[in-house]
Amino acid sequence: MAEIVAGFCTSHVPLLGRVIDGGRTQEPYWKPIFQGYEPTKKWLADLKPDVVIVIYNDHANGFSFKYTPTFAIGCADEFNPADEGHGPRHVPVVHGHSRLAWHMTESLVADQFDMTIMNEMDVDHGLTVPLSLACGQPEAWPFKVIPICVNVIQYPQPTAERCYLLGKAIRRAVESYDEDLKVVIAGTGGMSHQIHGARSGLINQKFDNWFIDKLTTSPAELTKISHAEYVREVGAEGMEIIMWLTMRGALDDNVDVLHRFYHVPAMNTAVGNVIMQNSRASA
Amino acid sequence: MTKPADAFEDIPGTVHFNGERLRQGYQLNKFLSSLLEPDNRKAFKADQAAYLTSFKMTDEQRQAVLDRNWVRMLDLGGNIFCMTKLALVDGTPFQQVNAIMSGMTMKEYEEMMNAGGRPMEGIRSKKEQNIG
Repeated sequence: MAEIVAGFCTSHVPLLGRVIDGGRTQEPYWKPIFQGYEPTKKWLADLKPDVVIVIYNDHANGFSFKYTPTFAIGCADEFNPADEGHGPRHVPVVHGHSRLAWHMTESLVADQFDMTIMNEMDVDHGLTVPLSLACGQPEAWPFKVIPICVNVIQYPQPTAERCYLLGKAIRRAVESYDEDLKVVIAGTGGMSHQIHGARSGLINQKFDNWFIDKLTTSPAELTKISHAEYVREVGAEGMEIIMWLTMRGALDDNVDVLHRFYHVPAMNTAVGNVIMQNSRASA
Repeated sequence: MTKPADAFEDIPGTVHFNGERLRQGYQLNKFLSSLLEPDNRKAFKADQAAYLTSFKMTDEQRQAVLDRNWVRMLDLGGNIFCMTKLALVDGTPFQQVNAIMSGMTMKEYEEMMNAGGRPMEGIRSKKEQNIG
């Protein structure tokens, strides 16, 4: 049986990818951020998962507004880094796990989540920056990846509750797979930021930290918050943190926090990184 | 009937990118997204006005692009993630776009971010608004 052994959440700030690619992680402005990710890099390298399910959103790069799937699952064997306007990132091709992805699709649809099936898809910084933050600059990514893309940029987005329930359905899907696989789930995006309009630059440290507290102890409370309230508190672009709830939904009610990091700012954005695992797993 | 979307109207300095915005800005965003293709970037740089005529945008939208009027593009249905493509083609740091949109100089904006970002006081609700 496949099993989700742990989860992590991380921001996916595009500039962090450019800093890594440009070999600038030790510059004074950036160094504290990358230091904050060192425990995550070590943890993941030691854990050696077979598959990482990455919950992310596209930023009009791999998808255009021609169509906007609410939840899409990458079922292909590989996904190329997207050209976001100045050439694709020089990072390894992302290898999928097609058989598990198709199993998950069948399970999720039977479980009332009508996924859009992606057989060709370029993946943008929303997916590749978390991989870089968690793995550094390897020749090849050290695990297979199942991308799950959530529409958080075009209203109406799925509700926070729906994102949380998707995580529970993903867990059921993984646990009903016939092969022994060690699976990790990653929720990406956030934390507070807004990059348009007169509120550009907002950072809400109080809410961000409260969100991580609640994510740990009582995530169901976070599912009751409306889109408008998320936008108000963490910014129109920061509301993508509802994707962290998908990661959280795939874990037990009781979790242990193995690592928690928060930093302001990475240019326009508050950066957060948390690792969680089921309490029984650490007993 | 109060729709869930009405709550967004109370949030200052923020565009609620809903279906109406999508319809208004569809061709503008289609143009902006076209810049993801290297050949299109080349064609746009070679003759911007001519390139823009191949999209069914309004004259106002075309002019806002030519003027790099970021605030106007946003007003005319531009999506911020699509607008990043144009900034990248121009080599304009995105913080500069953010500074312009919030009526600040680049230096003021950078200083604000380095001091911990725009404070939340007065920007949660139009009732207590102190921006824009």
